[in-house]
Amino acid sequence: MRKERIDRGLKVRTQGIYAITSAREILYLMGPRILLIAGLLALPFVFELAPYWKKVINIMCAYALLALSFDFLANYVGLVCLGGAFFTGVGGYFAAIFNVELGIPIWLSMPLATIVGAGFCTLCLLPCLPLRGVYFAIVTLMYPLLFTRIIEALNILGGTNGMTGVAPFPNAYFENYTIIVVVLIFLFAMRRFVNEDAGLVLRAVKDNDQSVRASGISVTRMRIIGVFIAALLGCFAGAYIAHLYMWAGISLFALDFSIIPIAAVVIGGGGTLVGALIGAFILVPLSEILRAFGTFRIVIYCAILTGFIVFKSEGIMIYLQRKYHQFERWVKV
Amino acid sequence: MELLVYGIINSITLSLISLGFTLVYSISRVPNFAHGALYVASGYLTWLFLNEFLGIPYLLAILAGVIITSLVGAAIYQFILVRIRGMEISEIIATYAIGLAILEGLRWGGLRGGTFVLPTFFAGSINVLGVSVDYQRLIIVGAGMLTFVILYMFTRFTKVGLAFRGIAQDERAAMMLGINSDMTAVLSLAIGSALAGLAAVLLLPLGNIVVEGGYNVLVFAVAVCVIGGLGSWGGVIVASFIIGFAQILTEYFISAHYQMVVALLAIIITLLVKPSGIFGKQKELEERV
Repeated sequence: MRKERIDRGLKVRTQGIYAITSAREILYLMGPRILLIAGLLALPFVFELAPYWKKVINIMCAYALLALSFDFLANYVGLVCLGGAFFTGVGGYFAAIFNVELGIPIWLSMPLATIVGAGFCTLCLLPCLPLRGVYFAIVTLMYPLLFTRIIEALNILGGTNGMTGVAPFPNAYFENYTIIVVVLIFLFAMRRFVNEDAGLVLRAVKDNDQSVRASGISVTRMRIIGVFIAALLGCFAGAYIAHLYMWAGISLFALDFSIIPIAAVVIGGGGTLVGALIGAFILVPLSEILRAFGTFRIVIYCAILTGFIVFKSEGIMIYLQRKYHQFERWVKV
Repeated sequence: MELLVYGIINSITLSLISLGFTLVYSISRVPNFAHGALYVASGYLTWLFLNEFLGIPYLLAILAGVIITSLVGAAIYQFILVRIRGMEISEIIATYAIGLAILEGLRWGGLRGGTFVLPTFFAGSINVLGVSVDYQRLIIVGAGMLTFVILYMFTRFTKVGLAFRGIAQDERAAMMLGINSDMTAVLSLAIGSALAGLAAVLLLPLGNIVVEGGYNVLVFAVAVCVIGGLGSWGGVIVASFIIGFAQILTEYFISAHYQMVVALLAIIITLLVKPSGIFGKQKELEERV
């Protein structure tokens, strides 16, 4: 006996655009997407009576952005970023500088910090982009530690106390919906981007860089584009967190911002982009529940992470996709 | 004179730290991001043996600490890394996660503050070339040189050591000649972890055992290895002398806070100028894409 997997008839019928004839097929295609969008948009209302958990939604979405950025870099560009905290830190500090020092209003300081911060991150990471992926991992591992040290040692940007007085959001709904809408926009934009020409070349860079080079395309240039996009996501999350807490300090370079997104991607399923979101939506509330454990939470993430990598490397999302699109049956060999 | 003496000591310290990392990378091609964690764990284990089981001689406690660390290293490969061998992304994430788990677990378990101190081997100091140097630092220099010599002999004149070099140079050809790739990798992780442990018991008597030390060790080990050329052993020694002296000079002329900056600047300059590192000739083509 052997288990075989067969695509559902519905999936086969809905693959081509001409074949969609019934509401059921449209639902089959649109259902999961609508569920995600409507679910996310409804979240602030669901937790209307629990203001604490409304705050958790914000953090959860910020981590989802970081996870999205990690997933994109690792599975579409082939670079493992061990320091997502670098992006959040740079974004957060830029937002604080723009808002506090230069007096730029919040609705302009966040996008500005995102773009300038992403440019700054890309510039910092530029030297290791023409090289194999392991160098990128090493350098990104060092940057958050290094920037913490520099800020502490030179006592710049507020030193260990951080920069206070960053403008808050006007109200709680504004807080929630800014990040939720941005997460959704980035998610669907990225999904489209990775299937465009540039995205295909990026994937080729990951799979076989020599052949990309042989085709006359600069690997370094493609990687710069990839890193810039990932840094955009990370820096936006950082700028958002700085405005959320009305504060930018060295805890923006904390380890949590590096390890939770990695764990979220591994749990959710690498390479699916949506998986990164799902992973973050599982891990962040979990980490709120386990708040009493302090730094032991990082041990828990790492244990989950290693467990998933070793025993269930496909992740939740790919498993769900398989169940959704295919059915299994036993056949005689 | 002071600069020279402390420069040499600092350089040998750095090379002790990074030998384990480079050994593991050159043989099994696994960047062992748990290196710093193993370093701290070994120091902590030695402290535990020394203080919880009173009556154990110091030497025995050290031996136990180093051996357990090396077993942990072997176990990491045998039970986790062997399943994801060759998947670079997964290897990096897994070793990083293990390292973080060990370090943050220790922090949670109470490893903080200045209470965890290993005693020096011999108290006192001696004049070397007009500079007062304590015995512990002299022992570090001696042990460091001894380790280089032993490693050199081991890789040239023993069967296992030759197998190590074979795998490092060309894994497929080595496998065809009957060298077990996985077995060698397990051994390399065991030895690499033992080297991390050795570095820990030698260096930690100079300071406290703290979790942050693990991150620093990892960063410096990686810096030295990148500059010397990932996986090149001669490169490690040269690079640690470069960084070691650069650090002592910045500390002397500017400020001690910049040590990490020096390491990072050195990495970036190396990556820009000669990405394969000083001695990374052998794999030069593979490093650039």
